[in-house]
Amino acid sequence: MGAYLPLFVALPLLAGFACLLLKRAAPRAAPWLSVASMLGLLALAAVAVARRDAGVTFAGGWGVSGWGGNGGADDVVFVVGIALVLDGLSRLFLLLVALVGTASAVYALRYLEPEAGRPLFHVLFNLLVAGMNGALLAGDLFNLYVFVEVASIASYGLVAYRTGGTEIEAAFKYLVLGTLASTAILVGVTVLYAATGYLNMADLGVAIAGGAVPRLPLLFAAALFLFGFGTKTAAMPFHAWLPDAHPSAPAPISAMLSGLLIKTLGIYALARVFFVVVGADEQVRLILTLLGCLSMWGGVLLAQAQDDLKRILAYHSVSQMGYVLIAFGVGTWLGVAAGLFHAVNHALFKSALFLSSGSLERLTGTRRLSEMGGIFRRAPATSVGLVGACLSIAGIPPFNGFWSKLLILIALVSAGQPVVALLAAGAALMTLVTFVKVQRKAVFGALPARLANAREVPAAMYLPVLALVVLCLLSGLLWPLGVDGVIGAAASSLRAGAGERPAASEYIESVHGRGSR
Amino acid sequence: MTFYALTFALLGVGLYGLLAKRNMLKKVLGLVILEYAVNLLLVAVGYRAGRGAPILQPGEDPAAFVAGSVDPLPQVLVLTSIVIGLGATMLLMAMVLRLHQRYGTLDVDRMDRLKG
Repeated sequence: MGAYLPLFVALPLLAGFACLLLKRAAPRAAPWLSVASMLGLLALAAVAVARRDAGVTFAGGWGVSGWGGNGGADDVVFVVGIALVLDGLSRLFLLLVALVGTASAVYALRYLEPEAGRPLFHVLFNLLVAGMNGALLAGDLFNLYVFVEVASIASYGLVAYRTGGTEIEAAFKYLVLGTLASTAILVGVTVLYAATGYLNMADLGVAIAGGAVPRLPLLFAAALFLFGFGTKTAAMPFHAWLPDAHPSAPAPISAMLSGLLIKTLGIYALARVFFVVVGADEQVRLILTLLGCLSMWGGVLLAQAQDDLKRILAYHSVSQMGYVLIAFGVGTWLGVAAGLFHAVNHALFKSALFLSSGSLERLTGTRRLSEMGGIFRRAPATSVGLVGACLSIAGIPPFNGFWSKLLILIALVSAGQPVVALLAAGAALMTLVTFVKVQRKAVFGALPARLANAREVPAAMYLPVLALVVLCLLSGLLWPLGVDGVIGAAASSLRAGAGERPAASEYIESVHGRGSR
Repeated sequence: MTFYALTFALLGVGLYGLLAKRNMLKKVLGLVILEYAVNLLLVAVGYRAGRGAPILQPGEDPAAFVAGSVDPLPQVLVLTSIVIGLGATMLLMAMVLRLHQRYGTLDVDRMDRLKG
């Protein structure tokens, strides 16, 4: 078991390099290679989730023979390699990356058709996915850092892809802040290594829970990780890059960045590092709650002043990540599960929204809400997709956004944090107001005269959006089934049962107990 | 201890250059200094005073080897970190070039067309 784990990284890497190699011979193959690699990942992730696989594999495993022995295969003492760990949490996120990745790759087939001869987009796209999958599977802190950098550098390139002045400025800002964050993460890793001699996250978790790191270095490392991964999440004081970077990228990439990147490099890494390695004690959880409240309200308030549809969506990503952070701040099993459920839902509806924004831009020639209107008659499929995604993010039942926000509120109230719950409910109301406005201005109302001849976008552009909206609806209707099997398994990997055990025992067991020697 | 203090001072210099300077080239230099300060920190963490290079000679006693050499792992990490830093710096320089061609200036305050 677990022998297929390296494929999650290798498949998109190979597809990416194949795009470059085939540049001359088959310049139009690149978009289809992306779709094929995403479908392959989807199949792999579906198998992993369906079989509930868990375990460790050592990529490039290389047996170390006992010193002084004969050095033969029978003399192997331990295996050295890159530890890739699959558990409930990484399974969930791998599936999510594959789902949103497939939707974005299919969307890009027609959206990027005018630039089909330039395979660079697909090289970076596959590199982005390889980096995210690697970060999800990395079993040690240093490889987590490396894969975070792989995904980040691919995303810097994709933000600058249009090479206009604004895009490169946004990418410059994103790169400077992103590299600063990565450097902070690396210093944190160094501090923990200096104190314990471990890089493996499970070993570190056990050592730190056993008091191997003195209080001051531990706090220093925790602060660095909070800044580093907080910046990757775009939590409020560290959010400045996101509202420029996400709208500057082409629509399928905005969907990947807002839907996936801030979750795999941000939310997932925060959860893994704080619940497994450093330990989420009361102070850490308080800081997560504070950051969450700030992001939730700051993002939603700043979004009110915007007219550019993509900037509105970008500020709402900051706001929605705030919900996930306050749910993690609760720290109970229910809180973690609700937070992860919301992260999954946000990935589905925010990528649908960003893909819709690309279709709207194609239809109307503008991203300004005030210049749109009444496209329902002209483009019913795009409109249905946009309205469905708006209802999901606004938290209208039976869409998924309602259930995850409700679960977060329940987790907050049952943990005795009614004030935070009130703040969350207020921010949810503000979100509703924004997206009612978005719908009214974009989809309904009077059709401006210059749009009288607007034509519906190709099916390859509206079908991925509709598929994501159907997933939003399914995830809203079937969540009692999914919470137990998929989301619950992910939360159990971080928090044992309803109890308050500090170490994530299931993760550590899956690394230590069932290693594939 | 002095060495660690100096490394952190270098980190501070890099951070200052990155955040406080308005000239893009100086920001890039700040970033490079920051990255090398971290690499220095990593090597310092693996250093053991008075020990040799971690190269196992044929027939050498393993216990004596472990006791007599510095920690090789941080050196491996530094190699990876240098490569990543190189990639990020190259990308950053390419962007600086493009921005300079477009705006004819290196001052970030004079090109800010992005509205908050």
